[in-house]
Amino acid sequence: MVEQVSNVTHKYLRPKKTFPNVWCPGCGIGIAMGALIRAIDSLNFNKDDVSVVSGIGCTARIPVYLDFNTLHTTHGRAIAFATGVKLANPKLHVIVISGDGDLLAIGGNHFIHAARRNIDITCILVNNYIYGMTGGQYSPTTPFAKNASTAPYGMIEQSFDPSDLAKSSGATYVARGTVYHASQLSRLISQAISHNGFSFVEVISNCHTQYGRLNREGSAVKMIQWQKEYAVPASAAARMTREELEGKFVTGKLHEVFRPEYVSEYQKIIDKFNEEEEENRQLQES
Amino acid sequence: MAEVETKRKKSFYKENVPLLMQGNEACALGALAAGCRFFAGYPITPSTEIAEILSRLLPRVGGKFIQMEDEIASIAAIIGASIAGAKAMTSTSGPGYSLMQENLGYAYMAEVPCVIVNVMRGGPSTGLPTKVAQGDVMQSKWGTHGDYFPIVIVPSSVKECFDYTVKAFSLSEEYRIPVTVLSDEVLGHMREIVKLPSQEELNIVTVPKPYEPPEWYKHFEITPDFRSPMASFGEGYRFHLTGLTHDEYGFPTASKTEIVRKLEKLRLKTMRHLDELTDVRVEMMDDAHIMIFAYGSTARAARQAIRMARKRRFKVGLIQPRIIWPFPDQIVREYLERVDLVIVPELNQGQIIREVKRLRYRHVKIIGLNRFDGELITPQQILDKLKEERH
Repeated sequence: MVEQVSNVTHKYLRPKKTFPNVWCPGCGIGIAMGALIRAIDSLNFNKDDVSVVSGIGCTARIPVYLDFNTLHTTHGRAIAFATGVKLANPKLHVIVISGDGDLLAIGGNHFIHAARRNIDITCILVNNYIYGMTGGQYSPTTPFAKNASTAPYGMIEQSFDPSDLAKSSGATYVARGTVYHASQLSRLISQAISHNGFSFVEVISNCHTQYGRLNREGSAVKMIQWQKEYAVPASAAARMTREELEGKFVTGKLHEVFRPEYVSEYQKIIDKFNEEEEENRQLQES
Repeated sequence: MAEVETKRKKSFYKENVPLLMQGNEACALGALAAGCRFFAGYPITPSTEIAEILSRLLPRVGGKFIQMEDEIASIAAIIGASIAGAKAMTSTSGPGYSLMQENLGYAYMAEVPCVIVNVMRGGPSTGLPTKVAQGDVMQSKWGTHGDYFPIVIVPSSVKECFDYTVKAFSLSEEYRIPVTVLSDEVLGHMREIVKLPSQEELNIVTVPKPYEPPEWYKHFEITPDFRSPMASFGEGYRFHLTGLTHDEYGFPTASKTEIVRKLEKLRLKTMRHLDELTDVRVEMMDDAHIMIFAYGSTARAARQAIRMARKRRFKVGLIQPRIIWPFPDQIVREYLERVDLVIVPELNQGQIIREVKRLRYRHVKIIGLNRFDGELITPQQILDKLKEERH
């Protein structure tokens, strides 16, 4: 089993220079990366047709290890870069993977507008509730009353629910998974990539080095076990009351609708001009 | 396909007939003629016409236009599009150009060709949105953080807006560098008669594709002349791009040798080609004792002023750089040795004059003529300044 998984993973990794990776031992980001690789493998894409784009942060270091067309951009701007990549070459499967600080704080504006546009990009947000790389500052998803290095007396801001935000901004596919439920996660990611439109997957992960330490949540294992205990599958959640769901989070596919996709709509305009041109040409010839 | 595109273009691109058009329109048509097939922008006075025109024309030639949520996203999108193989451009003005600075730095670091048209208006901050200024000259050189050597173009007529947008694309491809075109409010909105050249007359450069197989390919190869071929996403080369200091493959590096090699390359790829990157118009300088050093719309007033001054027997000539960065040191130095007075008219409180003073030769007197009330410097003002100096 391990051998099988590792065979798939190694097919998509860059052996040259990039390893060892930058993540702390026990970090969930590696699991998220593995899930992404298995999702792409299950879709049988040609490696040349996949582009992975990220911003800045721990999660944003994923692309350098992957043997695709990879783009590590500036802080918060991954989705804006990805928009250009997708429009200029629509045959590419464009996947943005980044963290909660990158996509929702500095990159929040690009996030909601890409969702509103419904451009065919898959956006994976690895949510560890904190800025890991810079040392544990609070992020837009840090829960109320939790500690961070810049919230030494507890977080007094309210937090974003990334999946709710994506849905209300117009994303046409929204799902939530965890790094504990790794095989479900790769299924959700592959569904998201197959979806035509802006698709969003929130991945609940652990940062025991910063968030766990500052909030006394224990080791990586303990934090990942928390995900197992507090995750409620979407099907079960539908039968539960609001009170029963308090403090828990729902996993699985949360939302899927079909609306006109931006790149295809743009192509229709181009095709219309092409047809007109063709008609004119035939008229002139006859 | 190319044939179809050319044919279709003719409906709005009329060659060799006199056309009345705006500077902004000329920029847009220049971009199309140069092969620009992607534009991302955000509305801002006085550059908006460029976006409006391209939103109408780009889909007709199979290109794409997108209005992004802000200027930061606009430049990000054009960089992304360029990496995916499209010639790409954005246009903006002062505040938007400030917002673009970080990603402009990314394009220098990741060596991504793209063109940014900044139609200058009064600043700082919101300043004078509908009035002319030349306050962004130093920002275009030093705007983003870190150590880099930009190419910046300053046209001075509607025809030059066309020609130098085409040139901006060629230079950006040749050197794999973002190129800024500094237009201004007057140039952007002024209408002049222009004859557009035929496609054959245009000297369009496109960065060559790599010839080696993917496993040999280095996206950031350091070649003897520091210009290297470029593959795009989706062509089988699967390279990595990052704003982190990287090695020749594009992977982040902490090796001292590799850091130095990378940063030196960024300098040398422009500074080793100063001859090709010098574009200066020299007028009536043969016997001149007085030099007017002027650029952009100010150069128009200066051109008129030297004619008026010549009638009054002043031996005066004009040096007008059309590529302002890298600064044309050699040619300016050459003429500084022959004159005893230099006047530098600028629509700011004295920016490019610092560069001229840096090259000062012996006792040459270098004085500025500055206007920053939102109006142009007039030829009479330049003439008056000259008379004042020469009594």
